[in-house]
Amino acid sequence: MSEDKNAVARYTTAARINHWITAVSLILLALSGMALFHPSLFFLTNLFGGGQMTRAVHPWIGVVLAISFTGLFIRFFTLNFWTRDDTVWMKNLGKVINNQEEGLPELGKYNAGQKLVFWGQSILILLLLGSGLILWDVYFEDYTSIDQKRLAAVVHALAAIGAILIWIVHVYAAIWVKGTLRAMTRGTVTRGWSWKHHRKWFRQEVGKP
Amino acid sequence: MATLQSLDIRRRSASTEVPPQVRKASVEVAKLIDVSKCIGCKACQAACLAWNDLVQPVGYFDGNYDNPVDLTPTSWTVMKFTEIEKGDDLEWLIRKDGCMHCDDPGCLKACPAPGAIVQYTNGIVDFVSENCIGCGYCVKGCPFDVPRISRVDRKAYKCTLCSDRVAVGQAPACAKACPTQAIYFGSKDDMIVHAEKRIADLKSRGYQKAGLYNPPGVGGTHVMYVLHHADKPSLYAGLPDDPKISPMVGFWKGAMKPISLAVIAFAGVFGFLHYITKGPNEVSDADERKGDELAGGQTNSRGRS
Repeated sequence: MSEDKNAVARYTTAARINHWITAVSLILLALSGMALFHPSLFFLTNLFGGGQMTRAVHPWIGVVLAISFTGLFIRFFTLNFWTRDDTVWMKNLGKVINNQEEGLPELGKYNAGQKLVFWGQSILILLLLGSGLILWDVYFEDYTSIDQKRLAAVVHALAAIGAILIWIVHVYAAIWVKGTLRAMTRGTVTRGWSWKHHRKWFRQEVGKP
Repeated sequence: MATLQSLDIRRRSASTEVPPQVRKASVEVAKLIDVSKCIGCKACQAACLAWNDLVQPVGYFDGNYDNPVDLTPTSWTVMKFTEIEKGDDLEWLIRKDGCMHCDDPGCLKACPAPGAIVQYTNGIVDFVSENCIGCGYCVKGCPFDVPRISRVDRKAYKCTLCSDRVAVGQAPACAKACPTQAIYFGSKDDMIVHAEKRIADLKSRGYQKAGLYNPPGVGGTHVMYVLHHADKPSLYAGLPDDPKISPMVGFWKGAMKPISLAVIAFAGVFGFLHYITKGPNEVSDADERKGDELAGGQTNSRGRS
């Protein structure tokens, strides 16, 4: 790739690899999980080598996701604390959705929507991990009662649906807001993008707060 | 069991296909276990192992006559012994535990693998092992704690009500082997009539609370008990007083499935509609100029990493 002297660095190579391991495992988990959630999606088990293989491999992908997401959490949680500007931004969400961001507060590395995606996935993945371990009969069958397993199944399914919805928002935002995707593919964004979407962060990056 | 039998299927797990219905509905069958006639000899257990080619590994002694201590992937029926002391009186309750073959089977409702659990038109609920993926959802669906997942092949096992024998007009192996005829087998209607005679007899002998265990919470069962204390089924080694499919399982396998898919589909459609109505959020040339101005011609000091 050619060096673009005007590009603004947003994600390190390590952060990008960390993100894509998480992304791939989340997609595989959604596919294998949905296969066992709804009968009309059972055919998705063919992607994983059949029903038994899907049942066996799903929790292991979950382990990969849990470790990988922990990496993302440690990298980014300090940048995702809620501020007053985020509350103002959320109150103007209607404008944002209508592509009218003028007059909104200048934002740091993340806007309120991104922060909600971050915290939402953090909480849901924690719930998915906990309930998933309870449902992982191969190793943990004897540690919980049947009623606890029933509750875990409900929590696991609800949390998974929540995580999939947040994932849709996350992916759509990257498609909708042009110039965003390259932050995770090439690691950089343009100056114009930085000025438009994350001006406070941009000022810090160029040393002119 | 396998499905290579001459029994029609009424319900099939995780399937939307309409089951075959042209053949005239077969008679609903039932096994009636008269607890008051059981002597605890375990001939039924031995017959079950023999007929189904099962070997129960040697277990451990748990201080009572239960052997093995509980249902296992290879012991699909187990005699459960309960001692009840009333003053100087000792009552020894012996119940043959195993699948109840619910008319509304929680295991079948919970199963995510198409055709791994079937209910035949005669009422028998059967696990079709080659379709089983070993997820253990049937364990969560069952109100009676019956299915067991094998550690050998991670598949679920339980009493088949000898569906292979019933399909060719034979009684289940346990009923055949019982020396006191405490286990009857026949049409469910006949079994209820027979149970009523037994209950009348028990009442005449002082068991005023004698009755039939055919719990309505699961639509009735195709294994029924004559109990001398039908007012308290839980006396008999924890037989549920009022078994029902757990509401958590009902929600998980009921409303949650279509609603979840609808919400996910809606989110996707909403995104698409947003894109074609509001359009992409693009950086303007003015933004690029402002960005360059702020950067002041300086190149990004950190470079790409």
